[in-house]
Amino acid sequence: MHRNPNRPLAPHLGVWKWGPHMLVSILHRVTGAGLAIVGAGLFTWWLAAAASGPDAYETFTGWATWPWALVVWIGLTWALFQHALSGLRHLVMDIGAGYELGANRFWAAMTILFALLLTAAFWAYIIFWRLA
Amino acid sequence: MTGDTSLGKTPLGRARGLGSAGEGAEHWGLERASAAATLALLVWLAVSLLRLPALDHQTLSDWLKAPLAAVPMLLLVVAMFWHLKMGLVVIVEDYVHEEGRRILWLALINFAAIFAGALALFSVLKIALGGDVAG
Repeated sequence: MHRNPNRPLAPHLGVWKWGPHMLVSILHRVTGAGLAIVGAGLFTWWLAAAASGPDAYETFTGWATWPWALVVWIGLTWALFQHALSGLRHLVMDIGAGYELGANRFWAAMTILFALLLTAAFWAYIIFWRLA
Repeated sequence: MTGDTSLGKTPLGRARGLGSAGEGAEHWGLERASAAATLALLVWLAVSLLRLPALDHQTLSDWLKAPLAAVPMLLLVVAMFWHLKMGLVVIVEDYVHEEGRRILWLALINFAAIFAGALALFSVLKIALGGDVAG
């Protein structure tokens, strides 16, 4: 970039007051990038391992059921719920609704709350009903 | 160009084909269409996998041979990789300003998404069309 360092910079990230809408905007990108790299990567490994045969599939499930891998799985499900809910919020905003300050902040906070609740509910179901 | 009404009369009609890349409205629309398709198909996948008695190699392979499992799976791969490629491209376009680096990142994203997407598609097809897998 050919920027003259003597010229003033436009006030950028530093001037914004933090709020749920700002947090959700950042979370949407971070979770999207995480899902795209880690989520789609594991998804492709799973399918390619299944197509390669029982031995390759064993290697995948061996890693996937390693206790510390649970951190990755829970992180991915939270990222998916957060990205899906903030994505649905974006679809609503695309039709021009939900821009009033109060409603905007409320629904932004709700995507965070419900993403956490859905993640907890999903893993409670897996751990206490399916694996018990 | 002034007074040219061929661009369309509605705001969306005027926006189509404009913007620095000349294709902003299409990218915008496809990003949302692929998002809706990916979400619907991921819900389908989660419900389908939870309904299987187990997730071992044999059960999974047998399940993926059914047309109504293989086809939604292929569509999921297409919609999901399309969507993630578009999303990563937007992130790079927003934050990587230097021309050379931007081109490098965009090329990397495209190659990686196409490679992984093709690998996933081929894997589904191999299982679905492969007859009985030994073991």
